[in-house]
Amino acid sequence: MSLIDWNKLTITEPPVLPRELLRNFKKGIDGAFRDFSRTYGEALENFFNPLLMFLKWFQDLLVATPWPIILFIIGGLSWIGSRSWKMSVGAVLAFVAIGWMDMWEDTMATLAIVSVATLLCIAIGIPIGIWMSRSDRAQRIITPVLDVMQTIPSFVYLIPVVMLLGIGKVPGLLAVMIYASPPIIRLTNLGIRLVDAEVLEAADAFGSNYRQKLFQVQIPLALPNIFAGVNQTIMMSLSMVVIAAMIGVPGLGVPVLRAVSNQYLALGLMNGLAIVAIAIIFDRVSQAYGKRLQKHREGDHGV
Amino acid sequence: MVSKVKIKINDLYKIFGPKGESHVEKVKSGMGKPELLEKHSHVLGLQNINLDIIEGKIQVIMGLSGSGKSTLIRHINRLIEPTAGQIYIDDVDVLAMSDEELMNFRRFKASMVFQKFALLPHRTVLANTIYGLTMQGVEVKDAEERAAHWLKRVGLDGFEDRYPAQLSGGMQQRVGLARALATDADILLMDEAFSALDPLIRSDMQGILLELQEELHKTIVFITHDLDEALRIGDDIAILRDGRLVQQGSSQDIVLNPADDYVADFIKDINRARVLTVGTLPLKKTSAKGITLSNETSLEDAMKALVEAKKDSVTVVKDDKKLGSVSMHDIVHAATRSSETAGEAVTYR
Ligand SMILES: Nc1ncnc2c1ncn2[C@@H]1O[C@H](COP(=O)(O)OP(=O)(O)OP(=O)(O)O)[C@@H](O)[C@H]1O
Ligand SMILES: [Mg+2]
Repeated sequence: MSLIDWNKLTITEPPVLPRELLRNFKKGIDGAFRDFSRTYGEALENFFNPLLMFLKWFQDLLVATPWPIILFIIGGLSWIGSRSWKMSVGAVLAFVAIGWMDMWEDTMATLAIVSVATLLCIAIGIPIGIWMSRSDRAQRIITPVLDVMQTIPSFVYLIPVVMLLGIGKVPGLLAVMIYASPPIIRLTNLGIRLVDAEVLEAADAFGSNYRQKLFQVQIPLALPNIFAGVNQTIMMSLSMVVIAAMIGVPGLGVPVLRAVSNQYLALGLMNGLAIVAIAIIFDRVSQAYGKRLQKHREGDHGV
Repeated sequence: MVSKVKIKINDLYKIFGPKGESHVEKVKSGMGKPELLEKHSHVLGLQNINLDIIEGKIQVIMGLSGSGKSTLIRHINRLIEPTAGQIYIDDVDVLAMSDEELMNFRRFKASMVFQKFALLPHRTVLANTIYGLTMQGVEVKDAEERAAHWLKRVGLDGFEDRYPAQLSGGMQQRVGLARALATDADILLMDEAFSALDPLIRSDMQGILLELQEELHKTIVFITHDLDEALRIGDDIAILRDGRLVQQGSSQDIVLNPADDYVADFIKDINRARVLTVGTLPLKKTSAKGITLSNETSLEDAMKALVEAKKDSVTVVKDDKKLGSVSMHDIVHAATRSSETAGEAVTYR
């Protein structure tokens, strides 16, 4: 059998696989993957079960917590992060408005998934970033993977994720993480690689071992960059809220989807604005915190 | 006092590049730095270095940029591995040390001060100063006490809670010095430690170092490309050129007998009257009716003393033993003579 469908080949049509062959090729892959997911789907689901439990528990906790306490926590965290009254009051007011517009429960669900996704991205991303910074080979291999993770349209990796795990919170979480983890990995790697060579040499000259150098010199000095990575990761997981909603993640994305299919302009706008408000609060607070982290580096030469 | 060799460097070669070892023989049989770079794309860092560094002394290493000073000093604590050769410290072979031994050597025996200070920007002055001590396993509280003592010694008490970025360069380097001294290591490696500082502050720092050295008697390896600094600080001076030691000796040696044009070039602008001492001049056996001075007196001081006493010859003594005499004329002559002729005319020692 020929690898090119000669009948179809013209000056305007490029060479193409014979239809039969192409169909078998696709079928083969689909079949193999379906078999794979039949065999391992359940095992995988069990593997991710603790994650699901945790996510559920956290979301229920947020929903069940009395709203004044949530407002208090929001205000408190904003204050801890930014040390600015304006910021904290603004954050509390934004959440009051969200509640007033009857979006409280969805907002809590979104907060839950974004927090869990961010925590997991940090927990996985920082060690990978450290590993990458240690080995040029690891960097050479991981960088293109990160490029793909960031550029491939989310819908494409949603297909295998859904085939394996079905519709629900865990596949949604995975989709969010695939999209949101590259910045933290990249910036951890970058931050550690940018640590001043002379300072590292000093650490060596005083007899630091691997761990001491990593934890007392490299990570602290890379922290501003790592923190920029955390900030981006949060922003990117928020931006995935609507797509995650398509595969069954509860939250502010669900009403947005409903608004799109039913042409409810007000509903869409309100939920969209709620996402934006949360994003702005997270961004400002975490950036202010990141700035404070490196304040002593600038110095005032006040000698 | 018998002088003991603290650091002994034998036949040291360093060739940067993936296959350094395979080119050692070529360098030994005369291949130079440019040729090695051109034909084999390896960089000749050091060649045939033999240097004995005496305990309790300050050994200065000088040379132009790229001559291999930093490379040499980093061999002493093995931040750089040699391509060939041996390094002994207190008769212990540094190259034979295991990783563990090397780490302990760096923690307890040799500490280092860096050109750009290399402080940790996220730590306060005090927390920077205890770094070496915590590596030694000293409890934080104890380490802080000891660090505070050294900060006081370098004139930084009251600055313990500042961050490095809040200090001037000179103060940052004092922190660097205190951090190095705090470990109580008997070897201090200083790679252009004062080069980044303004002249006045630099001179201050030299003063602090000399003052501390008077009581501490550490073995200090001090790198500089500034001859005035070398002459002020160094007990012994070694001069590097393209990775090779072209001359080593006391400052007097170097000023009186520069080994080649490279060295002569280095010393051409220095104030000879301040460096040379009357003991190094050719002395007449006849005794003179002038003033009596120690052989360690600089020409400058001798001239000043002669003018004040209104005499014109000096009887030079060493430990109360008469060595000979020298006239004002000869002193002025030696102080103003250009270095090219000095090498031939003066018979030294
Ligand atoms: N890691 C390295 N790889 C390749 N070549 C190197 C390396 N380190 C140093 N060299 C080369 O070795 C030579 C000596 O460098 P070194 O840094 O010791 O000079 P230096 O005397 O300290 O100069 P400076 O006064 O500029 O500090 C230079 O030609 C330099 O380019
Ligand atoms: Mg150097």
